Amino acid sequence: MASQSKQEWLEGTYRKVVDRNPERAESFRTTGETVLDPVYSPEDVSSNEDLGFPGEYPFTRGVQPTMYRGRLWTMRQYAGFGTAEESNERYRYLLDQGQTGLSVAFDLPTQIGYDSDDPMAMGEVGKVGVAIDSIDDMRTLFKDIPLDRVTTSMTINGTAAVLLALYIAVGKEQGVPVEKLGGTVQNDILKEYITRGTWIYPPTPSMRLITDVFRYCSESVPRWNTISISGYHMREAGCTAAQEIAFTLANGIAYVDAAVAAGLDVDAFAGRLSFFFACHNNLLEEVCKFRAARRLWATIMKERFEAQNPRSMMLRFHTQTGGATLTAQQPENNIVRTTLQALAAVLGGTQSLHTNSMDEALSLPTENAVQIALRTQQVIAFESGAGDVVDPLGGSWYIESMTDRLEAEAREYLKTIDDLGGAPSALEQGFQQREIQEASYRYQREIEDKNRIIVGVNDFTVTGEEPPELLRVDPSIGDRQIERLQNLRAERDGGAASAAIKALEAGARGTENLIPLIVAAVEARVTLGEISHALRGAWGEYREIVVV
Amino acid sequence: MTASSETSTQGEAGQKIRVLIAKPGLDGHDRGAKIVARALRDGGCEVIYTGIRQTPQMIAEAALQEDVDVVGLSILSGAHLELFPRIVEELTSRGLDDVILFCGGIIPEEDTEALEAMGFSAIFRPGTNTQEIVSFVYDNAHSE
Repeated sequence: MASQSKQEWLEGTYRKVVDRNPERAESFRTTGETVLDPVYSPEDVSSNEDLGFPGEYPFTRGVQPTMYRGRLWTMRQYAGFGTAEESNERYRYLLDQGQTGLSVAFDLPTQIGYDSDDPMAMGEVGKVGVAIDSIDDMRTLFKDIPLDRVTTSMTINGTAAVLLALYIAVGKEQGVPVEKLGGTVQNDILKEYITRGTWIYPPTPSMRLITDVFRYCSESVPRWNTISISGYHMREAGCTAAQEIAFTLANGIAYVDAAVAAGLDVDAFAGRLSFFFACHNNLLEEVCKFRAARRLWATIMKERFEAQNPRSMMLRFHTQTGGATLTAQQPENNIVRTTLQALAAVLGGTQSLHTNSMDEALSLPTENAVQIALRTQQVIAFESGAGDVVDPLGGSWYIESMTDRLEAEAREYLKTIDDLGGAPSALEQGFQQREIQEASYRYQREIEDKNRIIVGVNDFTVTGEEPPELLRVDPSIGDRQIERLQNLRAERDGGAASAAIKALEAGARGTENLIPLIVAAVEARVTLGEISHALRGAWGEYREIVVV
Repeated sequence: MTASSETSTQGEAGQKIRVLIAKPGLDGHDRGAKIVARALRDGGCEVIYTGIRQTPQMIAEAALQEDVDVVGLSILSGAHLELFPRIVEELTSRGLDDVILFCGGIIPEEDTEALEAMGFSAIFRPGTNTQEIVSFVYDNAHSE
């Protein structure tokens, strides 16, 4: 007898079998606490009337009408290490291999505002990204890469304004007018306080720098994405999919609030906001996460901020596969994990994608591993057919039900954060940090209790693995950077450099837009560390809120 | 200044093994450090976690002030061969040469020997079960 409803089926056909043969787990859960039903049916879908079509509000099904039928996502591998020369070589290699956009990884001293010769930079120069101290390094980094022909994403936050200024200055030298420059600065300081850790200044002046970038670019660099509001690092630190949506959009709300408070019209800048998410192992939940985030942001922009331009309501995002999901054990298995994650990002409608290399739990990736990672995207793009139909999973009862569910969970968190006074105030109370910490510890316990199997780690293990070939950064890079800095300080017009620093210091204590002053400073060959030092002097430094 | 955070349960604090978990260098990847801190606390240790971006001097000073038996360093930026010897030096100069040292993070296999020579008793890499770390601390430290 065919069941007439899901309830009837659950109590009849399903129950009979489960009573005889219990399922392999007592319950099946999402990355959060949601217990999954054994099957989904039309009764589980409440919001079919909101679903709409691609390229139309609320954009659940994608921000463009044609999606990958029009143009494939941008394949953008995050790369950079050592000196500007070495990174420039890697970028040109990636472009030759068919990569379509650049993504620059900076070393930690560059990200935190220290020159390579600063005592705080010891041991870190050129390690996790390229070392950029001055316009001399930036010029080398983009040698023979015409900046009007590529778009460049820069993972840079505390010093985002400085790197943007350097990019503009190098563009000028190449003869590329600012209005033709395209790219992104991450520029998302709130998630640095919550988890990523490359903060420099306290929140108030940091937010000012960010809105200065918004205003400057809306007037002068119209093709620049002025921020990439990032859930990636919070997810990597251990939060759930629903928390990733909520904490990211809560930060987004804070940036829009700050820009509106600084007198910007919402439609003048909101179309240049972009987002950045992780993609972890739960394939279908991740697809739903992207769809839920798109719908939620569209409604926030329309209802809360009363945006008029549909572009202001579009959540455009970059995705990176989950670094924290990679295992040091049997690293080749990571190729498979990355493939599944990349597929989820494509099925979820990402605008650009970075696929991790299989050896990243061990060290910086080797060239061979990077090539396989890029090929993974190309196989999905050209062989799988996944991009030939827009939102191919749309209308699946499970997908729609889970999209609704994640959106509802994220809304709950947003309400809590609003009640705590918004994202900046909530993080100063340690709220997001604590939530992330709880979820991360719970996940670890699940692995250790074997309630969650990680292939090659807590099951299906092998012994006596041969360590793979690893990339090592040449330790003499620090010395070479220091030498370049010494030359720069000896050669440059010292008067012009100190005048530019003085002007910047005065600007920092006042209210004028700092970006033109920073551009002037980098053109006078003032270093990144000197600029950051001047701003530290005016604004002080942030102190971490430690939550364990 | 060290942003320290007492994470122990209340009670017989005097008998507990005292552990400093520290993040030297500039990297902000603190997921592992925090999980280890919490697992050790749940395992009955008194744990002090420093927060990120600690200089060698800050770490040694915290170890001295907190009178710890064990110091665990977490680093994922690749700067361990430059920073760890400085930390050992700073500990030694404060008379803390009997402190048990361990470390974890993205640390290539080939660096094991160099780290052991510096005095590290254990290196825990990605995928380590936290119970292994708790057992290591109990097997090596004395709470006197």
